[in-house]
Amino acid sequence: MSVKPIDQARNALAFLEDRPHEHAFDRLIWGLRERRDAAAREVPEWEELRDLASRIKEHTLSNLAHYLELFEARARRNGVHVHWARDAPEHNQIVHDILTEHGVAQLVKSKSMLTEECDTRPFLERRGIQVIETDLGERIQQLDDQPPSHIVMPAAQKTPQDVADLFHRVYGSDRDRADPVYLAHVMREHTRPLILEAAAGMTGANFAVAQTGAVVTVTNEGNADLSGNVPRLRICSVGIEKMVPGVEHLAVFIRLLTRSATGERITQYTSHFAAPRVRGEMHIVLVDNGRSQRLGDERFWYSLKCIRCGACINTCPVYRRSGGLSYGSTYMGPIGIIMMPTFDIRRYGELPFSSTINGSCSNVCPVQINIHEQIYQWREVMAARGEMSETKKVAMKVADEVLSHPRTYRVATEVGEAALKVLPHFAIYNRLNAWGRHRDVPRPAAETFHQWYARNRMGAR
Amino acid sequence: MVPCYIDMFYPQVGVATLELLEKLGVEVDYPFDQTCCGQPMANSGAFKQAKATEELFVRNFAGYEHIVAPSGSCVHHIRNKFTAAEDTPERRHVSSHVWDLPEFLCDVLKVREFPWAEFANAVALHVSCSAIRGLYEQSMSERPNDPWFSKPRSLLEKVRGVSIVDYDRHDECCGFGGTFAVTEEAVSAAIGNDKLERIGATGARYIVSPDMSCLMHLQGCAHRNREDLHFLHLAQVLNGGAA
Amino acid sequence: MSKTARDDILAAVRERQPASRELPQVPDFHRAGDDLVHRFSAALALLDGKSVSQPPADLQQWLTESFPDATRICSTVPEVRGTVTTGEFTDWAAPADLDVTVVRTPLGVAETGSILVTEKELDVNTIAVLPQHLVVLLDPADLVENIHDAYGHPSFQEAAYAVLLSGPSGSADIGGRTVHPAQGVSTLTVILSPRT
Repeated sequence: MSVKPIDQARNALAFLEDRPHEHAFDRLIWGLRERRDAAAREVPEWEELRDLASRIKEHTLSNLAHYLELFEARARRNGVHVHWARDAPEHNQIVHDILTEHGVAQLVKSKSMLTEECDTRPFLERRGIQVIETDLGERIQQLDDQPPSHIVMPAAQKTPQDVADLFHRVYGSDRDRADPVYLAHVMREHTRPLILEAAAGMTGANFAVAQTGAVVTVTNEGNADLSGNVPRLRICSVGIEKMVPGVEHLAVFIRLLTRSATGERITQYTSHFAAPRVRGEMHIVLVDNGRSQRLGDERFWYSLKCIRCGACINTCPVYRRSGGLSYGSTYMGPIGIIMMPTFDIRRYGELPFSSTINGSCSNVCPVQINIHEQIYQWREVMAARGEMSETKKVAMKVADEVLSHPRTYRVATEVGEAALKVLPHFAIYNRLNAWGRHRDVPRPAAETFHQWYARNRMGAR
Repeated sequence: MVPCYIDMFYPQVGVATLELLEKLGVEVDYPFDQTCCGQPMANSGAFKQAKATEELFVRNFAGYEHIVAPSGSCVHHIRNKFTAAEDTPERRHVSSHVWDLPEFLCDVLKVREFPWAEFANAVALHVSCSAIRGLYEQSMSERPNDPWFSKPRSLLEKVRGVSIVDYDRHDECCGFGGTFAVTEEAVSAAIGNDKLERIGATGARYIVSPDMSCLMHLQGCAHRNREDLHFLHLAQVLNGGAA
Repeated sequence: MSKTARDDILAAVRERQPASRELPQVPDFHRAGDDLVHRFSAALALLDGKSVSQPPADLQQWLTESFPDATRICSTVPEVRGTVTTGEFTDWAAPADLDVTVVRTPLGVAETGSILVTEKELDVNTIAVLPQHLVVLLDPADLVENIHDAYGHPSFQEAAYAVLLSGPSGSADIGGRTVHPAQGVSTLTVILSPRT
């Protein structure tokens, strides 16, 4: 069985071709980064909070079994049904079984990256359950049959006009009103009745508090509160890495999360669900899906600290010029690059090369994940596994031989154009003429520094 | 140390660095057998293929008190990521005694003036990501509560006549990224063009950087767009006579 | 099946989790500065929440004047008479036709302009999310400085449902501009009104 690796660079081409879209996207996403900077600036203890958050996560993850058991025991005591799922199929089956037992045909859902990861929606839909996303951006993507292009703003790639066109197509609304207020209203009109009628609600969780058994959701719209309160049956899917020890630790993350994501101090709804609502039933599914495996990886377990704020994505110059869909993966941008290979090393084997490794991501990360260092380390892993194109393999071999032998190197660099075939930064790929497609190729100087030095300094000694 | 791409494409930057250090009274040697630091291979994940080149580098430079290079990304590689080579005392010496030119001028030589240098132009300064987030030569916009400082800028400010312009997103990556510039050339060029547009908006026609590799990329973008911009390494301006 | 999954996951985690790292103490990060009411109102305004810092003499009248078209009002506070009581909601979707809900919060957070409500104040949780307008009474004495303080409130240990509300339901998912409402309330007004 051969899985074709995602070619992010090629996927980016289509995105780049539409310059007005690309510019609008870059401006929108960079705006988030700027607002994040402003939010951090007004908190003098910002760097201390990042350090605390990182240490709390590292403590929790290094004692994860303990906290999972604590959480489970407390949640059960609160009257919650706790399930465990080793992987995505198991998770989806558990959810489906719960819904079937209750005869549920319609499920309202609030945004959850975990259910994206598990492909839960298509799984349920194939089995005749109607799934309605209630987050505006997520619903837009659902209607357009696209995955999210950003973990916080799923429809970020669409301009208001794109959404107006989509709603016109789906709902028959006015195509000429590309006004977010109107469009949000159209969505409310069509989705709210579905929320009110739904027999079950499903949410993810931003955090799970071991000490209290509460799952915590952070939303602008309040849709987790609706999905979690309106129907009597409520299912919450939680990645096992979401644990925090107690509410005093949760405080640190709540202060960091929204500021890092959008530059707001907090979201409109920060909701804590510890027990089922009156006359209701609450299920929590704790999902592993590769997390315990990653936890054992000395280099890459740190990505489990991620709180899904998207700050690394917003600051990434590559993401902003190539769009979220180009990564062909649930998680995109820098955090996607370091997480996705743990799900499928072959399919996502080339993602680590879709980065300039500029280091901005690690420095905006509220939990101090060394993202850019991990991208660099993943490249080593991929190269060692032979996950490199043949051209590149040959190029690396030539570079190795030439650059480690001064005399060969000098011959190569001092016969003019031959240099272009040898020097690695750009020239080794030059036969693909990639450098020159959008840029002029630098011309080798008539005399290298080496020759100049020999002529001007060696004699003097 | 003269990085491979400077040796071949920008020998004048190597010359300016050498002359500048000589003017400042430093006894400079140029190890004749040097090639490259191995970064291009390691940056591509090819650690195995970087080993011999890194070890050659260690052999060439282990005997010196200080190793100075006019290139932040090479220095960042040698100081912080020199792991393909065998871990020996020589390797550790090399990693802990390598300096990017601005660091060497600010922290080791503590240069206060460049009386020979004059550059009466509006200049946009581009400091590379390696220099900012790898070598901490300048505070970064990601940490807005840190006090502002910039070693390259403090040096450029000492040049008579120079006026440094500020531009939007000044420490965003230029899109070069080593082999990224080729493996993802379209995105790379798009990032570069955006930066040039922001710099162009200031009216400055000179772009100065302590890292020639960023400039090689930006220059390639600018020339393709037929933009009338001039690219200079910081060493050229500090050495005088760049205009 | 799920029993086995549980054991497998816990065993895998136990086997692979890194050597234990220390849990840090979280400071309270208090800082000197202007008064909490002012900070609270300014923060609430950032997410388009309104605050009334001088409590109206007659809340009932204030309500009528502020929401002249409201016919269905649900109040869980003695200061205001509603037209509907929570006891009437057997179906928790029913508060969808409410115009206004009035509740009292046990906690306000100056840093973020947040107020807390739980099932204790709401009785029917959806009365905080489904109506058009939400009016919240906050005793200035119940204000704390920041989120660290807020989590010291016993509700976070005891409540089945506890939500920190910091503005009306909004979304910036289209074009990055926040608009109201999304799926929840259109307006949130906090009245700084001492308990009687």
